[in-house]
Amino acid sequence: MQSQSVEELNASASKCRKRIVDMVYKAKSGHPGGSLSCIDILVALYKGVMRFDSNNPSWDDRDRFIMSKGHASPAVYSILREVGILQDSDLNGFRSLGSVCQGHVDRKWTEGVDFSAGSLGMGLSFGLGSALAARLDGSKRHTWVLLGDGEIQEGQIWEAAMAASHLEVSNLTAIIDKNRIQNDNFVDDQMRVGDIGSKFKSFGWNVININGHDMHEIVSALKDSKTGNGPTAIIASTVKGKGVSYMENNPAFHGAAPNDEQYALAMEELS
Amino acid sequence: MTGISEPGASRDGYGDALLDLSSDERVVVLEADLGKSTKSCHFRAKYPKRTFCLGIAEQNMALVGAGLAEAGKIPFASTFAIFSERAFEQFRNGIARTGLVVHLCGSHGGMHTGQDGSSAQSTEDLGIFRTLPGMTVLHPCDRNSARSLTRNLIDHDNPSYTRTARNKTREIYSEEEAAALEIGVASELRSGDDATIIACGVMVERSLDAADELAKHGIMARVVDMHTIKPIDKEAVLSAAETGAIVTAEDHSVIGGLGSAIAEILAEECPTKMRMVGVRDKFGESGSPEEIMYKMGLTSDNIVQRVMEIVQKPGRT
Ligand SMILES: Cc1ncc(C[n+]2csc(CCOP(=O)(O)OP(=O)(O)O)c2C)c(N)n1
Repeated sequence: MQSQSVEELNASASKCRKRIVDMVYKAKSGHPGGSLSCIDILVALYKGVMRFDSNNPSWDDRDRFIMSKGHASPAVYSILREVGILQDSDLNGFRSLGSVCQGHVDRKWTEGVDFSAGSLGMGLSFGLGSALAARLDGSKRHTWVLLGDGEIQEGQIWEAAMAASHLEVSNLTAIIDKNRIQNDNFVDDQMRVGDIGSKFKSFGWNVININGHDMHEIVSALKDSKTGNGPTAIIASTVKGKGVSYMENNPAFHGAAPNDEQYALAMEELS
Repeated sequence: MTGISEPGASRDGYGDALLDLSSDERVVVLEADLGKSTKSCHFRAKYPKRTFCLGIAEQNMALVGAGLAEAGKIPFASTFAIFSERAFEQFRNGIARTGLVVHLCGSHGGMHTGQDGSSAQSTEDLGIFRTLPGMTVLHPCDRNSARSLTRNLIDHDNPSYTRTARNKTREIYSEEEAAALEIGVASELRSGDDATIIACGVMVERSLDAADELAKHGIMARVVDMHTIKPIDKEAVLSAAETGAIVTAEDHSVIGGLGSAIAEILAEECPTKMRMVGVRDKFGESGSPEEIMYKMGLTSDNIVQRVMEIVQKPGRT
């Protein structure tokens, strides 16, 4: 995939943000907050860094992208639309019977989706498996795993973190979408995860801290993460609901759809 | 019980019951970032000191509950039905095996949960928890019965798993009727001697609809709410066998759930013509609850059809 300018990437992200709100509005359910917080990262990956072929989404030697927080499916579908793997009509069916756009990302339903998620805490282990496979194959392909900052409360994340550094995989990058909110409330109120970077560091990972909405920082962190020795964690500070005023930093929009007025306002703010 | 009689989902009944039980200082509530969904949030708001929010970490929650129980507390832990499965081994070895009494509630169970799709639609939970020695397994059909059965857990000697539903269902029991329910005692909702429909959870309202439809064909079907899957009410099952035809109805896999539990009794004690309405070894998908229930064969029509297949009454249409 040829790299694009920061302006082009930001323009794609804006289009994706609209699609996210639109999908959730039409389905009257879904998870807008955590989709809007990570979409800049997905755009940077798919349009700037990741090795894949939109004409052949199941190319064996593509990089793998693991959306571990599978409720952020609108973000995935919107970027797959942006790169031409999905169509508008696919997105319009989000969460409806028979739709390729299932409530939570599902590799059996959607071309271009590598992992079936929905149960939090499983994606980093899967990513480690795919990184190990690439190493066995002698392939250059890289594995990218997107995690939520609430999600890393699951113990399995730390089992995988320990194993990835023990097994010295360098072709694995975990990106933590640190939007500080989970389902019920703020992460700091529900269950503090503390200094995420130093936790990963103590597990033997390289750590890069970035602003998860600064396209330039995102792209360079993603690229840098491929050159490190051992696995790399990118801690991306983000805003849940980014781009829609009333969703920003608002736990109520973790898993709720906007009403008619809110939808109209969102579309206005995102244009 | 006081005054909450708006229609609701069985998960609301769980939330109501925790408040009812709050005067007992031994009651503690455990959450795994889904208190807003399972409805323990109302208890949390009033009794923050006795509520432990443990983050997205179900396995830890199970054993924290065991530790509290060992010290004489009565822990009520909840998450989605599907994620309770994640802590299954913790429940087996840390709770059921050790004889500690922790009550786990799994909300949003079954296909009925709808749009979240297959990753959320647990159709194994009743089956797996039923395999644990000493475990009580409940699956109430409406808000009032969920409230009453959960209240009854306060002096229950065994650990339990209760499945509740995300979406609203019809009121099957008035508050007074619900108050009379007992764990382990099935409840006959409709009398009839031509066949028996034994149902649990969201399939109870569909079974009543099926019985109405069957009555139009002159078939009087008994309807039994088997809200307690374990210990199962054997007497009710054997009495149902006397009607000569039993159809079970559950929003759960036919492998391991209510139908299996009843087949186990019938096979050993009194082989009887039987059919199961349930999920046929399949995963679901996103869709509205009614669409998914239709696609999975979980409608009142499916129940009617299955009864027709085995009912012995001559002259049926
Ligand atoms: C194992 C498991 N437990 C609970 C849930 C329910 N759930 C869905 S999203 C969510 C909060 C996730 O928070 P976070 O990882 O921070 O994601 P984000 O804020 O980025 O959306 C919860 C608890 C789940 N999907 N999986």
